[in-house]
Amino acid sequence: MALSGRRTRADMLQRLAPWARSAEAVVLPVLALLTGLLVFALFLLAVGKSPVQFYQLVYLGAFGSGFSWQNTLSRASPLLLAALCVALPARLGLVVIGGEGAIVLGGVAAAGVAMLLGDVSAAIALPLLAIAGAVAGGLWIGAVGAMRHYRGVNETIASLLMAYVAIALMNHLVEGPLRDPASLNKPSTLALDADFRVGLIPEIGVHWGLLVGVIACVLSWVLIERTTWGFAARIAGGNLRAAQVQGLAVGRLVVAFTALGGAFAGLAGMFEVAAVHGSANASLAAGYGYTAILVAFLARHNPLVIIPVAIMLAGFEASSGLIQRRMGLPDATVLVLQGFVFIAILVSETLYGRLRMFNPERWSRP
Amino acid sequence: MNETDLGLWAVPLAILGGAIRVSTPFLFVSLGECLTERAGRINLGLEGTLVFGAMSGYAVSYLSGSAWVGILAGALAGALFGLIHGILCSLPRVNDIAIGIAMMLLGMGLAFFFGKGFIQPVAPGLPSIELGRWSDVPQVRAALKINVLFFIGAGLAFAMWWMFRTTRLGLIIRTVGDSADAARAMGLNVTLARVLATAAGDALAGIGGAYLSLYYPGSWNEGISSGQGLMAVALVIFARWNPLGCFWAALLFGGAGALGPALQSVGINQGYYLFYAAPYVFTLGLLFVTSSPTRVMAGAPGELSITK
Amino acid sequence: MSHSNSFPRRRFLQSTAGLAGLGALGMLPIASAHAAAITVGFVYVGPKDDFGYNQAHAEGAAAVRKMEGVTVIEEENVAETVDVQNTLESMIRFDGATLLFPTSFGYFDPHILALAPKYPDLRFQHCGGLWSADKHPRNVGSYFGYIGMGQYLNGVAAGHATKSRKIGFVAAKPIPQVLLNVNSFLLGARSVDPTITCQVIFTGEWSMAVREAEATNALADQGCDVITCHVDGPKVVIETAAARNCFVCGYHADQSALAPARYLTGAEWNWASVYTAMVKSMQAGEAIPNFVRGGLAESFIKMSPLGPAVPEAGRAQFEATRARILAGGFSAFTGPMKDNRGNEIVSAGQAFKESDVELESMNYLVEGVIGSTA
Repeated sequence: MALSGRRTRADMLQRLAPWARSAEAVVLPVLALLTGLLVFALFLLAVGKSPVQFYQLVYLGAFGSGFSWQNTLSRASPLLLAALCVALPARLGLVVIGGEGAIVLGGVAAAGVAMLLGDVSAAIALPLLAIAGAVAGGLWIGAVGAMRHYRGVNETIASLLMAYVAIALMNHLVEGPLRDPASLNKPSTLALDADFRVGLIPEIGVHWGLLVGVIACVLSWVLIERTTWGFAARIAGGNLRAAQVQGLAVGRLVVAFTALGGAFAGLAGMFEVAAVHGSANASLAAGYGYTAILVAFLARHNPLVIIPVAIMLAGFEASSGLIQRRMGLPDATVLVLQGFVFIAILVSETLYGRLRMFNPERWSRP
Repeated sequence: MNETDLGLWAVPLAILGGAIRVSTPFLFVSLGECLTERAGRINLGLEGTLVFGAMSGYAVSYLSGSAWVGILAGALAGALFGLIHGILCSLPRVNDIAIGIAMMLLGMGLAFFFGKGFIQPVAPGLPSIELGRWSDVPQVRAALKINVLFFIGAGLAFAMWWMFRTTRLGLIIRTVGDSADAARAMGLNVTLARVLATAAGDALAGIGGAYLSLYYPGSWNEGISSGQGLMAVALVIFARWNPLGCFWAALLFGGAGALGPALQSVGINQGYYLFYAAPYVFTLGLLFVTSSPTRVMAGAPGELSITK
Repeated sequence: MSHSNSFPRRRFLQSTAGLAGLGALGMLPIASAHAAAITVGFVYVGPKDDFGYNQAHAEGAAAVRKMEGVTVIEEENVAETVDVQNTLESMIRFDGATLLFPTSFGYFDPHILALAPKYPDLRFQHCGGLWSADKHPRNVGSYFGYIGMGQYLNGVAAGHATKSRKIGFVAAKPIPQVLLNVNSFLLGARSVDPTITCQVIFTGEWSMAVREAEATNALADQGCDVITCHVDGPKVVIETAAARNCFVCGYHADQSALAPARYLTGAEWNWASVYTAMVKSMQAGEAIPNFVRGGLAESFIKMSPLGPAVPEAGRAQFEATRARILAGGFSAFTGPMKDNRGNEIVSAGQAFKESDVELESMNYLVEGVIGSTA
């Protein structure tokens, strides 16, 4: 009886084993997220505010009504594409933090191409604008990858410096050579032809860039998980130098992944111009590229996970106004919350593979 | 008053004056980052510390009536951030670059959160030393009106250089940064050394922030930093992990920052955005020229994740 | 008024259902927010205590808050992106705001223009824009003040204070509103002494502390001894200039507390007067005109009290000039006038009054300003 009981238990454990690893990938981040929210709740108590009211307002402002969802999703939309600019190079072990530069240049490129296009239909124009944005962003961040590989220039610093340069370039262009003289107190490029504007997804009230962002995340996941390029990237990701010694075409991988990430960020800039602003101007440098770093790291650089993480962070930001107005908390409150959650999730990295319940090979040991 | 018309000479003078005025925060953050990196860790969060140091320095100076107490508060706040960074990064598999970004976010968030009430008040600022009394030219006098922290920073750069070269403490930090295994073989506590180096480095960044709010530009607001903390990592690579190099890099970067306004003041206006971006282009160019694809950068600590 | 096609009815029902659910928990003061006679929302692009642009608007909001039957809601640091559309819509849906003041220039096109048609019964009042009947929705209004006249008066005070006959201007971007201020500042000073010149330095950003300080120092190095500015928060410029022993003229709000001995005067917004008047007409059910402008006479702008450094002759000329502006018809831009590249901009016999709309598309710097527009 005891023997058969043990065997059943062993069988069960064996069947559970594959699930345990998957469970780890879900349970740990969720626990970390909850820990971050809890620590933030303690912070709120310490400054004499009600965490219950806070989280109720977050729910209401981010997900509590149709408008709340529209608010959240419209903020998530640029983050999806921009986060890929961090996540894709990260698969190779590269930390690219200058996606903001690709966003603004992608936007300027799209606006510039729109000025050149004459009387063409939207079906021709929109793909051209998208290509312009993607190429500009791809070249910009691809150059970071190329400098990394062929010159050994650190990609983190290079991308940061290039983001400053890109923003200066954008300001120079929209106030100088590309300025529409009629844009009086807000120097901008010529407004896009009404036909070239990207519209809203019916019922959701958010522009089509959202759907493109979701598709880009899914395709990036397929690229990483289901193709030989992705396989090579995963191998190289552990250690670029070692991979090179093994004869992997690391150079091509590095340039391709950085350029692809930059292309997605450039596409985000194109949608900002074509769907939101209608022209390129200084408002393009809105900081999406920096929030996207947070999104990518929280998603542990998994493109599919970027989707819910971007929605969650956008939700925090969407509820910020309500929190300011109802609780008298400053706008920086959401920044503090993001900081706590970010740290909690990063620290949870240390627990992977160390908790017995998620690691079948340790089950047999006492 | 009675300023002398210097014509084009105003440009080099403005760059010199600007270099001294603007460089101090760069100097402190880069020295702090240098110390941390020599111990084998990278701290990307100095921007958060800088901003929090600016806020806490200003707030405490206002509340206590003494700018020096404010500086101390900035340093202590920085040390606390550094301790947290150092301890969290000591956990296995926790990435120091990512923690840095998170600490940057948290530091800025907390600074803006608690700083709202200190935007309006006027806090006592730091004194400066008038080194230009010998000159009749007011511009020279203004350029040579130098804050004490600049000298402290310069002295510190020299002291750190000496420490790394000749002292036992310097040897410990270098060993820990070059090879953790070798350090352990020598019986050193690698983790403790790195945590302390991060805390000390972050304390310096806090002082750099307090300089911003207490001397130049000398007020607290949410836009007080223009990325000085973010540039720390670049400056240290630029300086080849040498504290004396940090001093020159900070001066160069400060001077480059003064270039844009100075050129406009003598009538060179075309493309002023591009002049403002000059320091970044220049740094990138220098990195490009001095990096190499085949070998680790000269002077880089062996344990540093960013150069591996 | 029918707006079934533009108003997303289904979503509205969802949102009210969500509100009712939470309201029932007794946690949120939903009912009271809707019960107020009128809720007015103010949105700022920066911090509302910046000693400058945003503070000027927040002071106006504070005056409205004191009015009977008015609830004021505010949000600061709202970017000129989809953020501002969401913020405004959140104020409308969650707090029942019916009158909105998105106060940054960049909010107008495309953000207010995109949102206003969705809520035709609500009123969007925008600062600085050029509303025009054939292009823009009827429920949008734009208002602005002739602050250039304030900078002209700053210039009069500066003209009497300067010894070097060089004055300086720290400017954010070369756009019409800023150029009008730079030109007016110099023309005011030249009404005292026609040999005075004005150096301008553009920082390229509305708020960038270190660069503003460096620009101020560069002006002082060039011998400018009176300095003013047009950036969002003048605090850094005022303090840096005073530390360089320059006199200062304020802008946006009253900065005299930052440098009491060296502050000459300042061109301030008087949004308290404008906003209370607008809210009053809204409460009374009267229409607010879509295009409103005003100057000193209409209490859209005001001057800081003259500081101790302004000499007696300067006080007299300052008051005389102010009286002429208040009387109406005063013109700072009278022909013949050239720009600083030698092109004629105002022909002989021509004169632009503060209310002339030509001044709102200014793209030149007048003769005597050292600097360039691009």
